[in-house]
Amino acid sequence: MRADPAEYKLVSPGNLQGALSLLAREPAQWLPIAGGTDVMVLYSAGKLPNRNLIDIWNIPELRQIDVFPDRICIGGACTFTALRRDKIVSREFPLLATAASWTGGIANQNRGTLGGNIANASPAADSLPALLVYDAELTLISVRGERRVPYRTFHTGYKQTVRAADELILSIWLPRRLSGYFSHARKVGARNAQAISKVCLAALGQISHGAIRDVRLALGSVAPVPLRLHEAERMLAGKKIEPSLIDAARKSVLKEIRPIDDIRSTARYRSAVAGNLVADFLAKLAAEGATA
Amino acid sequence: MNPSPEASTNCVVSFTINGEARKLVAHPMERLLDVLRNNLGLTGTKEGCGEGECGSCSILLDGMLVNSCLVPVAQANGASIVTIEGMSAHPLMKPLQESLLEYGGAQCGICTPGMILAAVHLLEKKPQPTPTDIREGLAGNLCRCTGYMQIFEAVAKAACRRVAK
Repeated sequence: MRADPAEYKLVSPGNLQGALSLLAREPAQWLPIAGGTDVMVLYSAGKLPNRNLIDIWNIPELRQIDVFPDRICIGGACTFTALRRDKIVSREFPLLATAASWTGGIANQNRGTLGGNIANASPAADSLPALLVYDAELTLISVRGERRVPYRTFHTGYKQTVRAADELILSIWLPRRLSGYFSHARKVGARNAQAISKVCLAALGQISHGAIRDVRLALGSVAPVPLRLHEAERMLAGKKIEPSLIDAARKSVLKEIRPIDDIRSTARYRSAVAGNLVADFLAKLAAEGATA
Repeated sequence: MNPSPEASTNCVVSFTINGEARKLVAHPMERLLDVLRNNLGLTGTKEGCGEGECGSCSILLDGMLVNSCLVPVAQANGASIVTIEGMSAHPLMKPLQESLLEYGGAQCGICTPGMILAAVHLLEKKPQPTPTDIREGLAGNLCRCTGYMQIFEAVAKAACRRVAK
């Protein structure tokens, strides 16, 4: 049943302190809303449990991208359009820029935010594997202060995160030291725009003297959380890319993922595609990665 | 749940709609789509899916293409809004209309207002789009009649017509 707007409140403090004070006073009751591309869908369907919403769309601190010599800092409410337009993001973090281009269509990229994607915590979100391979860190903020959380520890289970109810995602930090790596992103879905991924891959690698010096692999839609493939990475490190290694990588990927059957795909299909995507990346890394 | 002292059930929203300043009282979580259609009588903006998947309710909010079904009206406070009704004098409108007619790019018409706004949003940024740009620019707008090719061809032709002038 459609929601009745009269049963909901939406407060727009217009500044960070106002939003944090409200969240601190009644933390479990207020839900932050930025561009609304997730929240409004639940709301319209009458499935939004919260009745009180705080507008964080117009808070300037959350909309900036700041560049430092060794890292960049992306405000939690930066839109996918802002990420695609940013020159440093496009040049040095192509996996994130590419994932931003897959997220919804243009209208949703104009409203959907990176912090919203993180907080919504869907294991199918296209931008999250990129954050895993780039070693992102999050700054969470509340009236109690700020804290830094390595992104790899943020998701604790299906749609479960370490964010407390009174905290906002202030910023996403990306170190610039990985910008020289060979990178490869691939989404497999019914179509690129709008359709949610069946499986998506973000991968980085470096070849040195014919062998893999470092490799980073992350997959979406294959587990309850966006998944970094640590075991496969360890197995691949230091080795020369040959057909036998690619076969071993496929087997390792299958051991790490935990795909399910759902409306978009089956566990069996996802397993086959996950192995193929990693194999395809390794073949490309062998062919093109040495000069990157 | 305890009601919060700051919250009010209604809010006053002011915005510019198709060049005209308007002020109205609404529940802050009303969908901008419903306010446009029901309060302002601007029924050119259509509701398709109501969940941000189909693009039928596309409008320009401060120059950005958005799905108006996903915008709470309170977030439009102070904004400049353009709906299909505000497009008649736009320089892209004549070439787009002529091309859509020529290629059969409009059939039942439900997607057409959103398609036109998405096309305008694209052509304002990329006056000479590639076929890939057109497909990407319109990817958030679904059409159940045409099969899309007629619309893509019409937008490409509209860009040529405009450049030729």
